[in-house]
Amino acid sequence: MTIRHHRAVGAFAAAGALALALTACGSGSDGGDAAETVSPEDISAALEEGGDLLVWAWEPTLDKVVEDFEAEYPNVNVELANVGTGNDHYVALQNAISAGSGVPDVAQMEYYALPQFSIGGSLADLAPLGASELDGTYSPGPWGAVTDGDAVYGLPMDSGPMALFYNAKTFEDAGVEVPATWDEFVTAAEKIHAFDKNTYITADNGDAGFATSMIWQAGGHPFEVSGTDVTVNLADEGSAKFADMWQQLLDDDLVADVPAWSDEWFQGLGSGEIAALVTGAWMPANLESGAAPASGDWRVAPMPQWTEGSNETAENGGSALSVTEASTKKALAYGFLEYANAGDGVATRLEGGNFPATLADLEDEKFLAEESEYFGGQKINEVLSASATGVVPGWQYLPYQVYANSVFPDTVGQAYTGSTSLSDGLAAWQDSIVKYGNEQGFTVGE
Amino acid sequence: MSNVLMTAPTVRPKKAPPRLRNRRSSHARPTRSILLTVLTALIGIYALIPLVWLLINATKTQPDLFSSFGLWFSGDFALWDNIVGVLTYDGGVFGRWFLNTLMYVVLGAGGATLLALLGGYGLAKFDFPGKRAVFAVVIGAVAVPGTALAVPTFLMFANMGLTNTPWSVIIPSLISPFGLYLMWTFAADAVPDEIMEAARLDGASEARTFFQVCLPMMAPGIVTVLLFTVVATWNNYFLPLIMLRDPSWYPLTLGLNAWNAQATTAGGEAIFNLVIAGSLLTILPLIVAFLLLQRYWQSGLAAGSVKE
Amino acid sequence: MLTPLVKERPHLTTLASPPAVPKTAGRMRLRTRWTGWGFVGPFMAVFALVFLAPIAYSLWLSLFQTQLVGGTTFVGLDNYARVLADPQFWDGTGRVALFLLVQVPVMLGISLLVALAIDSGRLYGRDFFRLAIFLPYAVPGVVAALMWGFMYGERFGLVGNFNDLFGTSIPDPLSSALVLPAIGNIVTWEFVGYNMLIFYSALRVVPTSLYEAAEIDGAGPWRVITAIKLPAIRGALVVATIFSIIGSFQLFNEPSILQPLSPNYISTHYTPNLYAYSLSFSGQQYNYSATVAIVMGVLTMIVAYVVQLRGMRKEA
Repeated sequence: MTIRHHRAVGAFAAAGALALALTACGSGSDGGDAAETVSPEDISAALEEGGDLLVWAWEPTLDKVVEDFEAEYPNVNVELANVGTGNDHYVALQNAISAGSGVPDVAQMEYYALPQFSIGGSLADLAPLGASELDGTYSPGPWGAVTDGDAVYGLPMDSGPMALFYNAKTFEDAGVEVPATWDEFVTAAEKIHAFDKNTYITADNGDAGFATSMIWQAGGHPFEVSGTDVTVNLADEGSAKFADMWQQLLDDDLVADVPAWSDEWFQGLGSGEIAALVTGAWMPANLESGAAPASGDWRVAPMPQWTEGSNETAENGGSALSVTEASTKKALAYGFLEYANAGDGVATRLEGGNFPATLADLEDEKFLAEESEYFGGQKINEVLSASATGVVPGWQYLPYQVYANSVFPDTVGQAYTGSTSLSDGLAAWQDSIVKYGNEQGFTVGE
Repeated sequence: MSNVLMTAPTVRPKKAPPRLRNRRSSHARPTRSILLTVLTALIGIYALIPLVWLLINATKTQPDLFSSFGLWFSGDFALWDNIVGVLTYDGGVFGRWFLNTLMYVVLGAGGATLLALLGGYGLAKFDFPGKRAVFAVVIGAVAVPGTALAVPTFLMFANMGLTNTPWSVIIPSLISPFGLYLMWTFAADAVPDEIMEAARLDGASEARTFFQVCLPMMAPGIVTVLLFTVVATWNNYFLPLIMLRDPSWYPLTLGLNAWNAQATTAGGEAIFNLVIAGSLLTILPLIVAFLLLQRYWQSGLAAGSVKE
Repeated sequence: MLTPLVKERPHLTTLASPPAVPKTAGRMRLRTRWTGWGFVGPFMAVFALVFLAPIAYSLWLSLFQTQLVGGTTFVGLDNYARVLADPQFWDGTGRVALFLLVQVPVMLGISLLVALAIDSGRLYGRDFFRLAIFLPYAVPGVVAALMWGFMYGERFGLVGNFNDLFGTSIPDPLSSALVLPAIGNIVTWEFVGYNMLIFYSALRVVPTSLYEAAEIDGAGPWRVITAIKLPAIRGALVVATIFSIIGSFQLFNEPSILQPLSPNYISTHYTPNLYAYSLSFSGQQYNYSATVAIVMGVLTMIVAYVVQLRGMRKEA
């Protein structure tokens, strides 16, 4: 009896393997359906007719958006599931796609991860559904991240134009001016650490998102992607600029090597021992809840510049909502996307602390005039919105950035342990990226 | 106590069942040693410090958590507030996770114990074709790292439509190779062949022999296997992480991890105080179960010594 | 399948020899040859589903290569050749071998000493210690990581507090080469009580007659330990050792949970199991990952088997 059972299971397992092989083949191909255009009326009709939508996202403000959406379209039933944050979410999505079952209709996609799923053919092109009409609705950084030529693979949900968040009290105590350029930043780092050996200007123990954003701001284009042709150059001018500057801080032990988001990190932010962060505009809400003891001490300044007086910035983090290719209700799903990211849902999410990707909101007088209590009454949105206008255009992520970021610590991270330099680390990262890409069937040049 | 654990096979002399040491009544109680107690206490402190940390920090508010010395109380005593926070946050989802965990434990650990009991008894008391192969196959399979099998298992379960259902957590929990081994060794020792023969001569069916004659003799072993499978199911983390996507089916471990990860997202609210208080609530039932089950081990020991 | 992930280290025991099959294979038994399957069948059926089928599936997967671009091709044994020549695989394997040589003896040594102390009857509060030292086994890995992550913090954690108080400069265990010992410490913390209980339970069944004989001979406590207790529980020692060897080879939970806190020291190929995991979950290299898992399983079986042979031979 057991023996028979074994056989049955074996046959079944083989069937499963075949399924994997088939889906893998499918995802390798283009995946684009014949573009049949759907009119706004069709979308409205789908919303009226209703149905069930499965949405995978961890963005907390979506709870309220879904509630309002269902009130407005009573025939639509949205099931919002948080299947994990960041990588856990992508693993679950990748697994569902491989298995060919349980794939959600709508999925949250961080900008850096989006190309991996769009090139794999897992995301639906929204242009035929009317998304091309939204060109000009969003700031250039996020819009560039969700589009590939004429195709639109998601609607931006929030954005992360970078700025300098700093603890004014620590800066004052140490007698340090707020740096406007990276040279000044290095000097300020020295002074702050000299002032108190437990205090650092910032914390960084090797973060792929931060490093790529810094290279982006410095004008680097380390990744260039055209279909399955990829060019990697992590030694270009922008990358070298970043590596040389940041290397000075590492050499003199001027940044705390505390991992971001650890309790130690929050503790340092709350105590003033981590005096500043160069990061995305979504940071204020996290500071308020995670570094409450420092309330009133923090301020926001423009991101330090490579050339004094310019306004060149980059995006860090942020995510979009995408419709999956496997969804059988693309029109309905797109209706939800439009509501959440271009319609009434935007205001709801901004109230919840999201930083907008929509130009209308970035330029809205009321939004700009908001005074943040945590930031001592500063009108922080003025600074953050200004950063959104300065995002350097033309940046691209790899079509397998999730994997690339996962091996960042193995390579560039070694520079933070002192066993290599940042530029050598970047070279090692490039080697891993090229090797993996070629193994996976891309044509990767250097 | 749990005399089951010691059933490491070679311990038992093959000829006669060993006489259990009779609680030292036969020889003088040794004098107690302060030095030995102090040395053991060092290990005890080592084991308990992290738990003390958990207990102390469960009494702190979110801001105090990061601004105070970890091994002493500080600021407001917020234990009750934190517990209320844990139980009410996000619409009281913690309670749901607790019930899920309970269900996984009852069905998973209960089923695992039952299967191990039947299997162990069968291996110990019957000869059948393929018995050697069973042993070889079980050993070989457990040496392959399970984490690496997660994806194949997921894909299989997805094909069967089991993912994102409680079954995807319960079914894999049903197998405890360690439990099978324990029951095997225990049944071999605790159930005398003569009694089984006698029952059969009386005309009892195999099922009846098992349930009415042998089962009571294996009770202490069952309790011990149950203890280990309960711990394993209660702490189960990795497979639910792969299998479940709907938070309303999460067990506590997965829920706590989701809360912990919440601070790492833009706009996410840091609730480490709830994570810590929730962790405390998560391990409390297990500790209580340990204490309660210990009594059964005591009786198990008594039962074991009677069998002579 | 879950078992390796949870803090049950269990499978190990299965490697010990099965209890001697009772010698009396009577006529009754012959008549009921197939009855045994009635009892073992349910276990084996589920076992086949959750252990054997995924392994068979992995064996199948290991013969193919799937690319993000280009699909799936049959590659025969290429993946195996690649594993054997993969420096990252051997880096991880070397690390767990080192871990095994240091952590396992330390942990089992402490467990044994505590078991002997508790068994000696010379302790105050014996029952309290037995339970207290066993408690960490009940703590879920997620919670354990939270606690130890805090305690290891150099700047703001307990290590930092300690340095401030005593003016020492212990480096942060998570951002230095100390990370392997730091992981060893967590594993030791989790499993000392568990192994202690195995040893203690074994000590409980040492036949009284042996002690009585020793008393008559006037043997001291050390002599009793070395001449009676240790030989008597050799079986338990071998079982616990084999357990711990498999546990070391499958080391995954602790490094993976600490990885976010120490990404530069805990690489994606820190242990073979972590490597297999990263390959399939970050890199979607399911085929290669399955191959790594199978090679690791075979290596583990070989080492455990050798240890078992040695352990049993000494005994004979």
